[in-house]
Amino acid sequence: MSLAVKAVGIRKSFGAHEVLKGLDLDVAYGEVLCILGPSGSGKSTFLRCINHLETPNGGYVWVDGAIMGYELSSGALQELPVKRLRAQQSRLGMVFQHFNLFAHRTVLGNVIEGPMVVRGLKRAEAEARAMELLEQVGMAGKASSYPSQLSGGQKQRVAIARALAMEPRVMLFDEPTSALDPELVGEVLEVMRALARGGTTMIVVTHEIGFAREVADRVVVMIEGEIREKGVPGDVLSNPTDPRVRSFLSRVLA
Amino acid sequence: MDIMSHAAPKTTATLSLADLPGPNVAVRRLRHPGRWVSGGIVLLLLAVIGRAFAVGQIQWPVVGQFLTAGVIVTGFGWTLLISACALALGVVLGFAFGIMRLSENPILRFAAWLYVWIFRGTPVLLQLLIWFNIALVFPRLYIPGLVDERMVDVVTPFVAAVLGLGVNEGSYLTEVVRGGIGSVDKGQTEAAHTLGMTPGQTMRRIILPQTLRLILPVLGNSAIGMLKFSSLAATIAMGEMLNAAQRIYFINGAVIELLFVCAVWYLAGTTVLSIGQYYLERHFGRDASTATAERSWFKGWARRPATPEEA
Repeated sequence: MSLAVKAVGIRKSFGAHEVLKGLDLDVAYGEVLCILGPSGSGKSTFLRCINHLETPNGGYVWVDGAIMGYELSSGALQELPVKRLRAQQSRLGMVFQHFNLFAHRTVLGNVIEGPMVVRGLKRAEAEARAMELLEQVGMAGKASSYPSQLSGGQKQRVAIARALAMEPRVMLFDEPTSALDPELVGEVLEVMRALARGGTTMIVVTHEIGFAREVADRVVVMIEGEIREKGVPGDVLSNPTDPRVRSFLSRVLA
Repeated sequence: MDIMSHAAPKTTATLSLADLPGPNVAVRRLRHPGRWVSGGIVLLLLAVIGRAFAVGQIQWPVVGQFLTAGVIVTGFGWTLLISACALALGVVLGFAFGIMRLSENPILRFAAWLYVWIFRGTPVLLQLLIWFNIALVFPRLYIPGLVDERMVDVVTPFVAAVLGLGVNEGSYLTEVVRGGIGSVDKGQTEAAHTLGMTPGQTMRRIILPQTLRLILPVLGNSAIGMLKFSSLAATIAMGEMLNAAQRIYFINGAVIELLFVCAVWYLAGTTVLSIGQYYLERHFGRDASTATAERSWFKGWARRPATPEEA
């Protein structure tokens, strides 16, 4: 079991408010990890620290053989120029709660943007690969639509295809179904299940306890910026030891 | 208290159920006599004004005669050229300084603020006169290895007009671009970053195309405004349309006739631009970002919904 992601002592504050209080986390290749926790517990911030959308105030994240945003030189972390940070970030696929599809590009245009601009693929090659991915998420028929013409579930499936187009080592999902109408949640979770079955390494911040129980290899529960419980879903969800985790789970499972 | 709440609401005349008409009862619309009266008054006023100009001391044949005179048409050509060049310069400066206003570097931010402060804070006519007389400050334009000329030869009336109007417009557009960039959803930038796009790529490929769409109505207004403001160049001996008209009426004395000729041309120009703006907005509005981008800012400027679906 080789590690894909190792977070070490991640701290993050916004002003005087300490959101993350020194988090450690290991994720192995092929593993699906779900991060659960009440609103405001810092789950999303932690995920955003992993791919440096937020720069941690303390600690660091090691991904696939390199420290995000830094270079180890004579015992200290030297900040990387932005271009090299972006190259590192492109190895982590990110799916946002609010999709963040490029509004001025078609579905196909969204998926080929990264491969063409960042990886320098030719248009024909990028489009062929993009169509495969859109096929995989069931959106090939909408390739020439604009995001404003899609439902939330369709947008999120396109967003997943866009992230996969960069052939990331790890996929990060930031509450991917929280902004969806209830009847559209299923189609997105179905795509994510298929990815998990295919061996994609995934870190998923979610409120979908059912999805976590069914798909996750491990879950962690965050309370007020700390990881209070971690383990296989069966143990954590059925027999939490921490009283605050127990009260959180009893509220969401009720 | 219970009795009160169950009581029927009091009305002046009660209509009993037995008197209710059938479902196909005729409906008579409310009449609006006030609209006929106000409409009539306005029509009358228009007729009075129209008659006043018809019988006033204007030689309409002279207006018709000079409408297509060579000097006037050439002047209008200059008007269009100055407007186009000044608008292009304004847009370039607007984007450059608008991006600088949002820079991480405080010195760049300050420089952009200074530019806006100076050029938006002084009258454009004054700026035109200063550009026209810039040779009094810098007699020679000397850039080692590139240019070494007398300033009066470089800053012709045309150059002064384009610089004056363009630099002034750029200061307004700087604020517009800043607002436009700010109203593109932050998630667009984040998505671009997670794909590995550099700040430059993100700006060029993701942010600016969406900004352009948001500020298009403002740019349309700028183009219309510029066409009219170019008449200020008449004061610095630039031979655009108003200046040409002035030179003619100094000779033949047909002052109001030639000013009317100009009015006709300006109206024609702004009408064409308005129509162009409408179609441009409609074209770009079609696939515009209704879902993700902040629309409130855009709506403040747009006078009408771009497409029926958005209405």
